[in-house]
Amino acid sequence: MEAIVQAEQLTFTYAPDKPPVLEGLNLAIEPGSFVAVLGHNGSGKSTLAKHMNASLLPSGGRMLVAGIDTADEALTLEIRRTVGMVFQNPDNQLVANVVEDDVAFAPENLGVPSDEIRRRVDRALELVGMQDYRLHAPHLLSGGQKQRVAIAGVLAMQPKCIVLDEPTAMLDPAGRREVVDTVTRLCRQEQVTIILITHHMDECIGADRLIVMSDGSVIADGTPGAVFSQVERMRAAGLDVPETTELLWRLNQSGFSLPLDALTTSDCAQAIAAALHKIKEYTDGACH
Amino acid sequence: MLKNITLGQYFPGNTIVHRLDPRTKLILVIVYIAALFTAYSYVSYALMLVVLASCMALSAIRPATAFRGLKPVLLIVVLTAVLNLLYTGGTHVIVKFWVFTITWEGVRRAVFMVLRIMMLITGTFLLTYTTSPVALTDGLELLLDPLKKLRVPVHEISMMMSMALRFIPTLIEETDKIISAQKARGADFETGSLIQRAKALLPVLVPLFVSAFRRADELAVAMESRCYHGGEGRTRMNRLVWHRRDTAALLLGLALLAGMIVLRRFGL
Repeated sequence: MEAIVQAEQLTFTYAPDKPPVLEGLNLAIEPGSFVAVLGHNGSGKSTLAKHMNASLLPSGGRMLVAGIDTADEALTLEIRRTVGMVFQNPDNQLVANVVEDDVAFAPENLGVPSDEIRRRVDRALELVGMQDYRLHAPHLLSGGQKQRVAIAGVLAMQPKCIVLDEPTAMLDPAGRREVVDTVTRLCRQEQVTIILITHHMDECIGADRLIVMSDGSVIADGTPGAVFSQVERMRAAGLDVPETTELLWRLNQSGFSLPLDALTTSDCAQAIAAALHKIKEYTDGACH
Repeated sequence: MLKNITLGQYFPGNTIVHRLDPRTKLILVIVYIAALFTAYSYVSYALMLVVLASCMALSAIRPATAFRGLKPVLLIVVLTAVLNLLYTGGTHVIVKFWVFTITWEGVRRAVFMVLRIMMLITGTFLLTYTTSPVALTDGLELLLDPLKKLRVPVHEISMMMSMALRFIPTLIEETDKIISAQKARGADFETGSLIQRAKALLPVLVPLFVSAFRRADELAVAMESRCYHGGEGRTRMNRLVWHRRDTAALLLGLALLAGMIVLRRFGL
């Protein structure tokens, strides 16, 4: 299956005399998957995101979106309607005074007929669960609600892929939950490819694939369980691991041999319980 | 504290005046102003007053609200009244003192001028009271559409206007935050001379401008990401629809203007 987003030896520098922000990056994202990109500040993850909808063009190598080279400026609109972007600050990406007018902005730009826009707007607001707020003013909504409106605004373009560049960085825990649940649902039910860029470990747990970036290149790539199991490697990149992995890892340090890929709280608890059970059996056996 | 500012003074409602197309209302305001400047006798002023009062009654805007809009121009009204009163020459002298002469003509002229200014302002405010800012910019864009042929960037102007309206509450909120932050560091906005107080505002304005520019930059990227590429080939979800009532209202307005011109011809 053709990759929805594909980077080939992607290199990018802001100025010729500056060190590259991205260096020789190779990446292929499968359609319909939920991919999380993790990295600390300055790791190049936002720069990578901006390449995915031709906001930035590569200094070297190629970036392909649904098979189209982003360097082809005649097709920039085609690329942007295929890959939608949601940004960090919800206030700075809402353009209208009324929620439904904001959602209609992208299809209006694309010249979609009026009644079709109406259908798309209603559907998009329903998908993010904001249909009851369609006539509200965006500045009166909560952070999580604003981000859901921003996601609806992108959905109205009917994109194949949505890239979210740290959408939860300015939100409270409840808002973060809302956003992550919404994008997870979109991926699973509507088969929209989701690329979630974040620095919160716990938001990556539900992803199909986790890519860790540091200093402009990919340092780990795999299922979240497999990536977080490499605790030392993550530490070396200046990143933490989820608390569950941290607990299991520390127990292993003091002599246990627990699987590190138990990421959810219940999996973690089960792994520990099983281990304790084994010890109990062992000591019980020794007593007899 | 800044949150209490009402924006554009729009009072939502569902009266016939609210439901009129914004284009109709914009044109009617121009017609109304023209008619007002044609009026010059008791009869014509009385007629205009009746028209204004009935429009206000139809829009269900309380007279108290309408008069509140007159407050900022009170000084101009008073000044106009006094100047017209004192400096209009005439034959029917009422009183004479020092270097001033007050004549009947002066009184009449002062009353008319004051009425004209007050009716001008109340009439135009009726437009903003009954039309949402978004509808107003939409209407303006469509009305000015022919100017596109003269390369006037009509779409861009209306987009800028609606964007400014969108960001006013956001920037007000931000200003509040900055004021609180500066107060927490000991800034004093309430005491001192006018100049000192103006100077105290500088540490509020500088961060506000810096953040406004950053917002503008982010907004531009977000708009481009949503395929914004100017007004070309753009469609609208809610197109403005011209109803029969709009034609009727427009005809009534034009009839009023014609009537005023005829009245003036007859010296009334």
